[in-house]
Amino acid sequence: MDVGARVLARLAGFTATLRDNGFTVGLAEAGDAARILASPLAARPIWLGQAFRALFCSDADEWRRFDEVFAAYWFERGVRRVTKLSGTAPREGPRTLRQIAEAGAPTGEPQAADAPRDRGDDGADNPADRRGRREGASRAEALSRTDFRHIADPDALAAAHDAAARLAEVLRTRRTRRVRVATAGRRLDMRRTIRASIARGGTPLDLIWRQRRTRPLKLVVLLDASGSMSLYTAVFTRFIHGVIHCFRESEAFLFHTRLVQISDAMRERHPQRAVDRLSLLAEGVGGGTRIGACLAQFNRWHATRVLTSRTVLMIVSDGYDTGEPGALGAAMSALRRRCRRIVWLNPMLGWPGYEPVARGMAEALPHIDLFAPAHNLESLIRLEGYLEKL
Amino acid sequence: MPPTLTRDEIADRLAEVGYIADPDLATALLLMDMLSRPLLIEGEAGVGKTEVAKALADVHATNLIRLQCYEGLDQSAALYEWNYQRQLLAIKAREGGDADEIEAAIFSERYLLARPLLAAIRQDTSPVLLIDEIDRADQEFEAFLLELLSDFQVSIPELGTIVARTVPRVVLTSNGTRELSDALRRRCLYHHLDYPTPDREVRIILTRVPGIAVSLARQVAGMLAALRREELAKVPGVAETLDWARALLGFGVADLGNDPATVFETLTCVLKTHEDRARISREVTERLIAQVS
Repeated sequence: MDVGARVLARLAGFTATLRDNGFTVGLAEAGDAARILASPLAARPIWLGQAFRALFCSDADEWRRFDEVFAAYWFERGVRRVTKLSGTAPREGPRTLRQIAEAGAPTGEPQAADAPRDRGDDGADNPADRRGRREGASRAEALSRTDFRHIADPDALAAAHDAAARLAEVLRTRRTRRVRVATAGRRLDMRRTIRASIARGGTPLDLIWRQRRTRPLKLVVLLDASGSMSLYTAVFTRFIHGVIHCFRESEAFLFHTRLVQISDAMRERHPQRAVDRLSLLAEGVGGGTRIGACLAQFNRWHATRVLTSRTVLMIVSDGYDTGEPGALGAAMSALRRRCRRIVWLNPMLGWPGYEPVARGMAEALPHIDLFAPAHNLESLIRLEGYLEKL
Repeated sequence: MPPTLTRDEIADRLAEVGYIADPDLATALLLMDMLSRPLLIEGEAGVGKTEVAKALADVHATNLIRLQCYEGLDQSAALYEWNYQRQLLAIKAREGGDADEIEAAIFSERYLLARPLLAAIRQDTSPVLLIDEIDRADQEFEAFLLELLSDFQVSIPELGTIVARTVPRVVLTSNGTRELSDALRRRCLYHHLDYPTPDREVRIILTRVPGIAVSLARQVAGMLAALRREELAKVPGVAETLDWARALLGFGVADLGNDPATVFETLTCVLKTHEDRARISREVTERLIAQVS
């Protein structure tokens, strides 16, 4: 029954390869894999592959990629890192080699982009952001600091907060199907009524009721801050400031050629300080957009933590995507399954004669629950009616 | 614990009870026993996820206990509930008795209604517990389930802790309407079920529709494979295949090419939405028949 030390070393190498390829492999899985190696299943490579696949995979995407990784490691076919760990779509044949080359020998350009970042180091600066920066650096990116000072205008800020507060009020009262005990309600809580009746000799005098529990919805906003959106960025940044303060649970992200989490910066109560922190984070605003890649990155790094079945995801973007075709559609369909509703606000939709024919927009449309215009605060308030019905 | 079956034995026994499994599914079922982990099966609607659990119960000759999930599923529907009507009657019947005695009596196992999860851990032989469409339940329930799946014990405040007599074989299914938590995914073995290959589908038809000719079964499987390539709103599953094969058999169709009209009419068994019905017109049907016959 004893498995040789060499086989175990090979197994450890395999689990490391799996981790490199984005699989989550814990100690428990590694231990079970050793048991499989000691069982009759290890007699044939095909059986072993099937057994390991059942053990190590945890979703359909990993299921599809597993065979390739398995063959690459155990039969030494192909390169060690079959698919590079990245937020983007897993198989992109021609790109892989270049990505490996990039990972092995970073060129001067990405480093240059990284250097000024270190000054703005804060809570939101996690490895995910770093990765995004490196990828984004090769694309057209305006490396200027956009002036966010106008979001600190007190009147405009107050108006944006009002709009956010109204939405928060509407979203707050979504009833769940879970129940809680109440002194009045529709249905009797038999269990507690009986308990209470024992004190009265079995006559249920004190009735105890149950009521549907309410729980606030969570709002996550992804704001497109690319050049084509520059007219609207200020309005929505103010709105996000309001959202972060009015909702009990909310998160905000900014994206252009990369994705930046701005919740922490916006949590700053004082508008001027929020602006200062945002300016540090928002480098690259006003350049091109890679919506698909940014959403994929969001999926990979933030979605599990940020999205729940009670979340409304609000994407504010004009849908002009300069990334790879297909990436946006794939990222959207993955997002669709993670949250309750996806609301896509498109400022262009308010324009007469606009049709969502841009490739990015057309890819995203099938996965969107509400596609609405948003070019000013009034259009945001008009969402109230829709959000009320959730 | 009965001696673990080998992989081929499992595949053979599955075939005996009418489930034609892929080799890798047999491996996954073997691992379930070997590693005592639950099995999470994902796949499109109608590929036979639920059938796996039923077949597994038949293979091990044990009970199948099924818990259908839905939003708002809670402890009283999944785990246990007291039989309040009988409790009330008992209290009335013992009126005037000692309060402590009454309480002890009505909170005994006699008045306990075991729901699927509790029932599953109180069996004498380890059953198959099917937790169907786990993605429909909410996250709170998922967390609760995770706890039960690791401890296999349930504590009932009035009664104490009930420890599993036997550990059930747990099969979870999901359609992917909601993303499951990583913790649950990691706890489970994973199997992704796809629509069967034409060869496998022929074997499924031959096993499940007695009296059907091999040539017709081939044509039906080929037709279904062709239909699945069309862009349909609702892609037909294995259940639809079997219904259609039975319908054709009932109408006495021996060869699809001989009777396109009946074929077109009986396609109602397979195409379940108006758009799909409109898309697969008589002409398309005839073209597809020409392909497979």
